[in-house]
Parts: sequence; structure tokens; C-alpha cells
Amino acid sequence: MINRKNLIGLQHFDPPEIELILDTAVAMKEIVSRPIRKVPTLRGRTVMNLFYEPSTRTRTSFELAAKFLNADVINISSSASSVVKGESLKDTVRTLEAMGTDIVIIRHPMAGAANLLAGWTGAAVINAGDGAHEHPTQGLLDMFTVREKKGALEGLKIAIIGDILHSRVARSDIWGFLKMGARVSVCGPATMLPIGIERTGVDVYCNVDKALEDADVIIMLRIQLERQKAGLFPSLREYARLFGLNRERLSLAKKDALVMHPGPMNKGVEISGEVADSLQSVINEQVTNGVAVRMAVLYLLIGGGDA
Amino acid sequence: MPEKMRQKAQILDKEGIRRALVRIAHEIIERNKGTEKIALIGIQRRGVPLANRLSGYIREIENKIIPVGILDITLYRDDITTLAHQPILRRTEVPFPVKNQKVILIDDVIYTGRTVRSAMDAIMDLGRPNLIELAVLVDRGHRELPIRADYVGKSTPTSSKEIVEVRLQETDGQEGVFILGEG
Amino acid sequence: MKLLIKGGTLINPDHKKIFSADVLIIDQKIAALDHNLEIDGAVVYDVGGKLVLPGLIDLHAHLREPGFEDSETIATGTMAAAKGGFTSLACMPNTNPVADNSSVIAYILYKACQEGKVNVFPIGAITAGSKGEQLAEMADLKEAGAVAFSDDGRCVSNAAVMYRAMQYARMINMPVIDHCEDTRLSAQGAMHEGYYSTLLGLKGIPAAAEEVIVARDLVLAGETGCRLHIAHVSTAGSVQLIRQAKTRGLKVTAEATPHHFTLTDREVTGYDTGTKVNPPLRTLEDVNAVRQGLRDGTIDVIATDHAPHAQEKKEVEYDNAPFGISGLETAVGLVWTELVNTEILSPLEAVEKMTINPARILGISKGLLAEGADADLTVIDPARTEIVDPAKFVSKGRNTPFAGRTLAGVPVLTIVGGKIAFEYAG
Repeated sequence: MINRKNLIGLQHFDPPEIELILDTAVAMKEIVSRPIRKVPTLRGRTVMNLFYEPSTRTRTSFELAAKFLNADVINISSSASSVVKGESLKDTVRTLEAMGTDIVIIRHPMAGAANLLAGWTGAAVINAGDGAHEHPTQGLLDMFTVREKKGALEGLKIAIIGDILHSRVARSDIWGFLKMGARVSVCGPATMLPIGIERTGVDVYCNVDKALEDADVIIMLRIQLERQKAGLFPSLREYARLFGLNRERLSLAKKDALVMHPGPMNKGVEISGEVADSLQSVINEQVTNGVAVRMAVLYLLIGGGDA
Repeated sequence: MPEKMRQKAQILDKEGIRRALVRIAHEIIERNKGTEKIALIGIQRRGVPLANRLSGYIREIENKIIPVGILDITLYRDDITTLAHQPILRRTEVPFPVKNQKVILIDDVIYTGRTVRSAMDAIMDLGRPNLIELAVLVDRGHRELPIRADYVGKSTPTSSKEIVEVRLQETDGQEGVFILGEG
Repeated sequence: MKLLIKGGTLINPDHKKIFSADVLIIDQKIAALDHNLEIDGAVVYDVGGKLVLPGLIDLHAHLREPGFEDSETIATGTMAAAKGGFTSLACMPNTNPVADNSSVIAYILYKACQEGKVNVFPIGAITAGSKGEQLAEMADLKEAGAVAFSDDGRCVSNAAVMYRAMQYARMINMPVIDHCEDTRLSAQGAMHEGYYSTLLGLKGIPAAAEEVIVARDLVLAGETGCRLHIAHVSTAGSVQLIRQAKTRGLKVTAEATPHHFTLTDREVTGYDTGTKVNPPLRTLEDVNAVRQGLRDGTIDVIATDHAPHAQEKKEVEYDNAPFGISGLETAVGLVWTELVNTEILSPLEAVEKMTINPARILGISKGLLAEGADADLTVIDPARTEIVDPAKFVSKGRNTPFAGRTLAGVPVLTIVGGKIAFEYAG
């Protein structure tokens, strides 16, 4: 069972809790595959999407998940809210809480925003990505997708490649996969490998070919052009040459290796179009599974608070 | 379950369960004038092995294969957001369209009727059956909703302080129906 | 007005002596130090079992006035100082307007005289507006009462500007205090760059951001002969650079804050903005190096870097929160608990670093416990413990990472100029 009100990060979750979420998501995936994708579970409950960063993908996924469970959904994005008028996060939350919200889903450009929010509200808090800290539901849906394809996570070799320094997805994936008994390698330019990352228990590489060797799963991260402007790498061309996943590189991994990407992709930069659209790619399934995993999280968190 | 619950009586043994299910199998065939369009859906957890057994008995009698589905009603419970801990979700697997079928719901015990209410909602979400019937191994009374079972293995008056426990080989490793109570 | 402080153990850092005596104060001066003094008409304080020190001096505090009175005022800041056992403090010029001209210095001195509970020694800016471009009118500032120069809160980034500032300060025999931070290396950082910044996803401030400027300043101080004081040393590398410079005979001094000799970057876990401070909390290795630097004399001064902030300014995202810890009311307890009771410093060494050493750097006649000296005294009870409760702070800034900690060593009596500025009420 889940004895928590909030999902802030996978760092502090135990393997049985993660297992329960993934198992619950299996049941939820059945609902998503029905012609009528609706169950009455969260009828009368209000879920708020509080997004301080644009994100169509994650917001829509949470919105669908909540609606499939029959919750009422309020969407608040920074452009439409009083955030732009200079209201602090704390004041915003107090106001919104006064409207009666059971679950707040927060996406924020700054690390720790979900932690803060959880301290300020009685509602359950789900972190939908905070700065470079964590994006736990993405980590969970990655694990779910891999488990579905590979049967189990234990003993698998997971390679995460790209801008580890700025990636909340990488952090959630690292914690999640390590806790479930997988081996995790991270790989990227030296300027984008955060200090001390090896202390989490991952293997660290700058040579992508080494990182890919015998990998069961390859998770490619999005590279953002502004990192080039910040001087973290010389050019997209060189980045693609050194770290991009193409067919030749893919052949270094296991024959049945899965290729994943949290999206949105820069095809031709971190991943070639050919690889992204190949049979080994499960990128589209990640999206479907995202809804099921988020339904599971909503379901499991709505109960914990009352007793 | 409160502590100090002890077994007060056994109301069915292995043979009793078998006889009750065989009788229900006959009644289902008789009332539906055969087995056409009949589908069994077992409610998680003990309704599932009961549905499988009923399907087997019907097959022995009629030599027809009756499809069996599995239904988890947790997400349809009317108390779901008030529980301290969310119940573990189990598999729902109805590998046939329920539309225009005669769906027979199978559960081990009928008590308040709330589980059956949830199950009917769940089935409706899967499609529109021609009819829904209900078969239970034990009816212990104390209904809170206007629901009754069409097929009953055994009716037993109970006190609401008692617990009716069905144990099946597939889920519990033994067979029997027991009444548990305090003192 | 006569005060008689009876039965205490006196620590005189000027002569490195610890002895028992009574202290007689008449008006604003210490009139007598002797055994068994009996004076008619004196108000007697029995301080048996307690330590009587020359009034503590904080070389590095932010009083926020003028300009940021919602965070602190000269009245509340000096009240916090008195409660924390300080009788004098030097306040940094990053007010609004910046103390880069004599009239702001005069204003601060006037307000301190009117409302201050303790002696206030303003520090003037190195550059106009602390922008790091043009030199402030240093001689004017000195004449108005500034005791040192600093652009604290900011680093003088331009080496040429710093070079000239040191030449100029040397000319008028004034110390320069630098906040050592290469802002290109620290850009947008919120905490120390290391394992915990990696876990938390916060942008890191590398130790190198401090050390490259410490190294630069040491070179410039050697060139110019200026008295250089390095503010809030936080890294092992800085300690080592300063140690080497002192060995070469350079006129450099340095300070460390209680939070830098107590806390590591691990405290940031949980994103408590009370832990956000500049320079940031570093690693255990750095904390130990700072302690070693205090022990071997590389670090001369313990200063609070008292940086109060109004509560709502800290109740925001970690990245958005301002840097700073409200430090005046926890300093003595941290020094005693973390340094004295752990025998890193003797009581005498700890007192030196909070009295005579900062007084010598600033060139002020304070930190003395002798007949004829100013009657600034601090009495602390080393046996008493207290739990840090920010709600009880008299500073407007309740931003502390120490809430809930039990600290041993409590200031119980603070006398400034022969007047009781603070008396512990329990």
C-alpha cells in the first residue's frame, strides 16, 4: 500500500510502492483500451493541473487520466493565471485550495516547487516535473513500458544518453530503475554530466558506444539548443556526431533493445528519424502508457489522506 | 477483521459446494432454455474460480463452451474515496463483447448488494448486455439495495456481526463455507 | 551609574589571560577589575559560574537600513545583536542607497546613535553603487566614519578595479573586505555544486567560483600592500590559499561564519530556503577545512554575515529565494557548541576571534577588558542550553537553518557603554 499523500520524486519511494503503482497501471491500461474509457472512481473529486511551464504532452496526459477516472479537472497555466501578475506560488496555492482541490498536479521550472507546495496545501501533490529535479510519472511510465515489453526490470541494462545535468527525467529514471534492480548507465558530454552522479549507483560514460554495449533499453534525452548558447557543447552537429543514436550505434546494444524518448524529439540530432520510427522504438507506447500510469497514481494517492 | 473471530459453524463442505454449483448450472441452462449467448463473469476474487467451475459444469451437461470473464469492481465502489488505503486493483478481463449477451455475474457471497451494484455499472461500461443475472454461492441477507440473486447455492440467515468466509481450492487451498463470529 | 559584575570568570584576549575578578563599571568605562569589590550604590550582577568577555564584535552584518526596512532596521538588528551577545557590529554597505558616500554613512551613524542598542561601525562601498566600476570616495567615507571598504553581496569582478581599490585603500590605510565570487562561474547557482545539487536538480555554485577570486585578491594584495580581509571563507581551497599567503607574510586576514563551520550542502535536501546562503553551504571536507583554518589561525575572525530577510521573501521557490541567514542570535551558541565544546578552539581562542581580532582589523578601540576601556561586556553562560526558536528572534529575519537545534552557551548579559543592552530572562 502507499502510505503517502504526495508523489514528489522516486528517490524516496520504496520498491514495493513502485511495484504497486506499476501493477495498478496494468489494470488501468485495460480501462484505457475499452470503448468507453471511463470509470466512476474519482467522481466528485477535483484535480488541478497547475502548470508554470508549457507542456501539452504531460498536461494532456494527466487531464485524460483524471477524466477517465471521472474527476473534475481544472487547468491553470502560468500564462492564464495571476502568476504573471507577480503573485507568489504560496498565495496562488492558498487561493486555489480555498476553491476545494483534492489533488494538485504541478509542473514548475524550478526544482523543489512540488516540495514547497506539498508543505503548503492539504491536497495531494503530484510532481509533473520541477526544474532539473524529478519527473516521477515519466520515470514510472518508462518503467511500466519496459516491464511490459521485457517482463521484469531486474537485471536489465538501461542506458540513458544526453543532457543528464538538466534532465529531471534522467533523475527519476535513475532512481526508479535502480530501485527495481536494473543496472543504469548515463552518458553525455562531460559538461552535462552532473557532479557526483556516480554516487547514485550508475555507471558514467562519455563514450556513447561503451554506454550502449549490451543495453536492453536506451533512453535518449532531448538536447536543447539553449545549452549550446550557454556554452555547454560546441554545436548540434558535433553533438549529433558524438552522442546521437543512429542505426549503427543501435546495433551495439542488444538485438531486442528498446529505444525510448520522453519527447519531444529532435530527430536528426539526438536520435535519427530511422531509429525513432524503427520497430525497436516504443516511443508511441510511452505516451499511451503515460495515461495508465497517471491514472494509477491518481487512484493510489486519493485514498491515503483520510485515515 | 476484528480479532478473536472464531469459526462458529461450517455451512458447506467440499461436496456441498460442488452440489450447489451443479444445481446452479442446471438452473442456468433451464431458465435460459439452453446456453445460447450466455457468458459468465466472475467478480474478483472468489467469483472468478466459481465462474470457471460453473462453466465447466455447464460444459459437462450441455457440451457447450461458455465464455468466462473476470471483473474487478474496485474502481466502481461507492466508498472508494473514503477508505484509508486504496484496495489493490486486480485484473479485469472480459475477452468477449458483452453487447447483446446474457451476462451472468458470479460472486461468492451476496450481503449488502453494493458489490453487485458496482459490478452492474462496470458491465454497462463494457457494453449493453441483453440481460444481467446474478449467481452466488451464499446469500447471507442484510441487503442495503433492491438487489436479489437469481441463483443461490445456499441461503443462510446471519448476524451482521458475523463473517461468512468462503474458501476455495484455487484461492485459499481448501474448500468450505464457514461462519465466523466473536466469542 | 555604577554596575558591579561579581563572581565571573574573565577572559582577556588582549593579554591572553583567563582569571576570576569582579568588574566595576562607572558610567561608560571599566573603572576597576579586582577581587571582592564592594561598592556602595552599585547595581550588582552576580555572574558566578559564567564567563565575562569583552563585548563581542561582529565584523560582518547586514542591517538593511536604509532601503530594506521590511527585512531589518538598525533598531531591530542591533537589538538582535545585543541578544546575541554582541556589543559592536560592522554593517555592510549594500543598502539602498548603497553606502558609497558620506551622507549614507552619516545617516547610519545617526540612526544607530538614536535607536541602536549596540555600537555600529559602518563599512563603506569600494565602488560607486557597488557596481564594480568606479571607485567610491573612500577618503570621504573614512572621514565620515567608515571603518573598512567592501562591495559585499557582490564581488569586485574587474581585477583592474580591485587593483586600484587596493592601491587607494592602502594610501589611506584602510582594509578592503572582498566577497570572493566569480559571478560567471556561479551564475544563477543556488547551492554548492556537488552531489546534493545533482540530486536536487539545483544549479550549483562551484568551489572554484570562490577560490579563483581569493587567489586573485591575494596576488593583488601582495602587489599593493593593501590590508585584505577575505569575507566568509567557505571552501577548503580558499583556506589553503590564505594559509599559504600568510606563510609568505602577506597582510591578509579572513573570517568564517557559524553556518560555514557547522552545516554542509546536505542540509539543502528538502529545499528549505533557510539554507540558501552565499557563499553556499559546502561539503563536509570544506567544513572540516574551515574548522582547521580556525584552529591553526588561518581564519582570524568569526563573523555572522547576518543577512535577515522578511519571511515572505524566503517563502518562495528555492531559486527565487534571496541568499542569507539571520545569524546574530545563534552565533555564540554555535561557536560554543561546535568549536569550544568540541575542543577545536579554546574559550580564549574563540573569544579572540570575536573581539580583539576584528577590532584590530577594523582599527577600533574595542575588544578590551581592562581598566579605562569602554564598558562593553558580554556575559555568557557556557553551561546553559537553548533550543533555537526563530519565533523568538528579535531580528526581523527569522531565516535560519538552525531551528530546533539545541545550542550550548547562552549570552545572558550584554552591556554596551555601561548600559544594560540585554539581560537574559529565561
